[in-house]
Amino acid sequence: MVRRLPRKDVVIVGLGWTGSILAYELSHTGLDVVAIERGPWRDTATDFNIGTAADELRYAVRQDIFLRPKQETLTMRNNPSQTALPIRKWGSFLPGNGVGGAGVHWNGQTWRFLPDDFRIRSHYTERYGEAFLPEGNHIQDWPVSFEELEPYYDKFERVAGISGKAGNIKGQIQSGGNPFEGARERDYPTPPMKQGYQQELFTQAATKMGLHPFPRPSANLSAAYTNPYGCSMAPCTFCGFCEWFGCANYSKSSPQTCVLPALIREPTFEARTECEVTKVNLTVDGKMATGVTYVDANGEEWEQPADLVLVCAYALFNVRLLLLSGIGKPYDPVKDEGVVGRNYAYQTGSGSQAFFENVQFNPFAAAGSTGAALDDYNSDNFDHGPHGFVGGASITCAHTNGRPILFHPTPAGTPAWGSAWKKAVHDNYQRVANIGAQGSVMSYRNNYLDLDPTYKDALGRPLMRMTFDYQPNEQKMANWMAARCDEIAKAMGAKTTQVNPLRVPWNVVPYQSTHNTGGAVMGSDPKTSVLNRYLQSWDVPNVFVMGASAFPQNAGYNPTGTVGALTYLGLDGIFNYLKSSGPLVQP
Amino acid sequence: MRLRHLLVLLPLLAIGRAAADPDNYVSIERGKTLATAGDCIACHTASGGQPFAGGLALQTPFGAIMTPNITPDNLTGIGRWSKDDFARAMHEGRRPGGSYLYPAFPYPYYAKVSRSDLDAIYAYLQTLPPVENRVNRNMLPFPFNIRLSMAGWNGLFFTPGEFKPDPKRSDEFNRGAYLVEGLGHCGACHTPFNSFGASQNGKYLQGNQIDNWTAPNITNDMQAGLGKWTVADIVQYLKTGQTRFSLASGPMKDVIENSTSKMADADLKAIAVYLKERGAAGPPAPSPLASSDARMQMGEAVFVDTCSACHMRSGDGVEHLFPKLAGNVVATQDDPASLIRIIIAGGRAASTDTTPTAPSMPSLGWRLGDEQIAAVVTYVRNSWGNAASPVSAETVKAERARVTGAGD
Repeated sequence: MVRRLPRKDVVIVGLGWTGSILAYELSHTGLDVVAIERGPWRDTATDFNIGTAADELRYAVRQDIFLRPKQETLTMRNNPSQTALPIRKWGSFLPGNGVGGAGVHWNGQTWRFLPDDFRIRSHYTERYGEAFLPEGNHIQDWPVSFEELEPYYDKFERVAGISGKAGNIKGQIQSGGNPFEGARERDYPTPPMKQGYQQELFTQAATKMGLHPFPRPSANLSAAYTNPYGCSMAPCTFCGFCEWFGCANYSKSSPQTCVLPALIREPTFEARTECEVTKVNLTVDGKMATGVTYVDANGEEWEQPADLVLVCAYALFNVRLLLLSGIGKPYDPVKDEGVVGRNYAYQTGSGSQAFFENVQFNPFAAAGSTGAALDDYNSDNFDHGPHGFVGGASITCAHTNGRPILFHPTPAGTPAWGSAWKKAVHDNYQRVANIGAQGSVMSYRNNYLDLDPTYKDALGRPLMRMTFDYQPNEQKMANWMAARCDEIAKAMGAKTTQVNPLRVPWNVVPYQSTHNTGGAVMGSDPKTSVLNRYLQSWDVPNVFVMGASAFPQNAGYNPTGTVGALTYLGLDGIFNYLKSSGPLVQP
Repeated sequence: MRLRHLLVLLPLLAIGRAAADPDNYVSIERGKTLATAGDCIACHTASGGQPFAGGLALQTPFGAIMTPNITPDNLTGIGRWSKDDFARAMHEGRRPGGSYLYPAFPYPYYAKVSRSDLDAIYAYLQTLPPVENRVNRNMLPFPFNIRLSMAGWNGLFFTPGEFKPDPKRSDEFNRGAYLVEGLGHCGACHTPFNSFGASQNGKYLQGNQIDNWTAPNITNDMQAGLGKWTVADIVQYLKTGQTRFSLASGPMKDVIENSTSKMADADLKAIAVYLKERGAAGPPAPSPLASSDARMQMGEAVFVDTCSACHMRSGDGVEHLFPKLAGNVVATQDDPASLIRIIIAGGRAASTDTTPTAPSMPSLGWRLGDEQIAAVVTYVRNSWGNAASPVSAETVKAERARVTGAGD
């Protein structure tokens, strides 16, 4: 029997970056806020002890803080002609689990998307003509411009304390920064991270080639910092345990370091952990949400009524919750109608691995976001005309760690075990640089999410089905980028290089990227989007959906900076909604 | 949208039973402020228990004493006490029937609180929701379980009488003295005990050890006390739990979170002025150990490996997070208990509205041996301008046993 709890002003589904920011901002105004989180409570002081946090086996190999397939998984196929099968071990992407979400274990690369990214369809059409766009694409403009998002990017960067070097302040190009970035009002809150020797080689080589390298923006902080919420952070010690790990040193921006210390002091905030929301409940006519139903750790079912429902889970799980709750019309690729599940996208990874002689890169002295990057080949910063593809990539020379179990690069042809392997590891541990291209993925009619017709979870609800593959446009783009990376690697003085092309077809086994986007996209037209420009549901106006599920297609950057900016944009929308209930945008 | 009108609702809820008497409102609010200054909640709340409902076991050298329920429950609390009963307990350490309270309840300090302030605290306590919580109040072993013996103790160590301001001092100094010597009962932790558990008035505020924590010297002493702290530093410390010199942990963290961070700035300043102006006392400063000393060299090696990433090679720490060790008075107390304890068992700083991040020091006792801890504590006590006596592995071993319960 479902028991009904006393009503709250706001119920938040998921307590990661977006949920914790909204919970703090709303409870701070006196609203009664409850956050319901599937995973456990996690806190720096109690969970990430400096004496035990650097445990590669526990966290990187055994994936201690990630979602378990038995909690939730997906079925997957590459195209609609196949039968999807369940993912039984997370691989290609690793969703977080628990308070802080993936904001606990991320590397911390915190980008702003480029101005052209937000009006990508209009821009490409104007410059190259509509016929230039790839076949079957669903590429669409965002409902907001970079200029409109700039103050929200700034807000998130201040809360997270991001370390970086501005490239464009109010239209003035700044030397040492990214000259392609959109104009920002002011510099980053903390100076850029110190870089290693291979970044120095990359910067010199790229500069000689006429490219524009810069230190990439980092949520591993270069200096002590106290954010506008009063939360304090310490300078990064370059321990090299960022991605897959919680930071024990208060140096990586996360809900734990940047928001929760202030949030848990709010008297009208409550968190319920190890409770999974199973449904957003709607009124009989389906036009308003009445709250959520959730199952606690003992399997008891509860109804939590609320005036406002904020869906703040991981991008993929936001989409599934909307599908299970009947919010918005599910996408049908055959008729090319409906919106929920439409425009799922991912990212490409390609590049070049460079082997040097007579160098010592000290890869163990690293942080998740140290690295030099360049944007000359991102977005439409270069003429796409001769290349016949849409999109681009950020190119980076970085090492995030030199951890002993998983970091042992060897040249192609090295045996996988035995004395020859050991010798190759010994000879190359200090001498390998990776030049990587993280590329955009456009949205297509046949890349989408829906409910699986066969497979169900432990509660009897259908799993979500992912239908995705890299299309010819992305393959062409990523492989062209790999060649650019290789040019730079050679110019850095590498003795040998190995080009890493895009692996096709996409498969779920090797880790690639946890930058899953789309499925509940924001837009200007309810026929092609789930959310309006304030991330408010077109169909159920007291439901807002945060996160990268709102991206109409993916860009060549890590998503968190844009997710943070959208959260503050959404917050403004929520404040407006509280003043005058109803849709904030008339379709 | 149904907005909670918190500002309107909360005071009404807080007033509870006494709300029937609107004239009492000012007195109740004053009582609440005073009860906060006295940090009554800290001792009168069990871990995980209802506020003020008692049941916390105070560890004394004579045995554990369970704190009583001071909610206005008629059967198990102080619901039937009159305000005279309450004043007698606070001023004389006697219960309504006349039996004696133990001085773990620091009535020798509360004796100095004015009757009107006690009446206000009484009025506030009577507004709390009554909680039925029966506490076993008689757990001390013989002969300490004979409460009448406290009559003799009082004769020896208790001076009754309310606080008398010193006309030669400023009002601010006298306000600070009233708070520190009375309700704040700072000396209950910061003044050494004699063997009868009474504060040694000749060593008032010169530091003490409580539950394996050092309650530092808080006289104006340059070596171990507040000599290098300004009035503003002390106010900031009491308000936020941190200054450029220090980050509160242990029992002081609770004092700051429950009590001083909620006190009026003027009262905090009065406390600071009193502590700065009343004088300095403490043992003479020793000379630092030579850096060539074998203990210092071993300590430095441990420090560089284990401590320097956060506390920095220079001992400067990181503001708001990792305490500065250079010039830190916890490091330069004659008693090294806090340093040893924090390394063995870890600790956590205070969280306040202005400084919400409550950073933790991890426990390192599992990976550092007694000799290594002794060396690194000795190193911290004698580096960057610090000077304090060296610490032996035996001292660490004994404290480890007390802190972790580990036998030989």
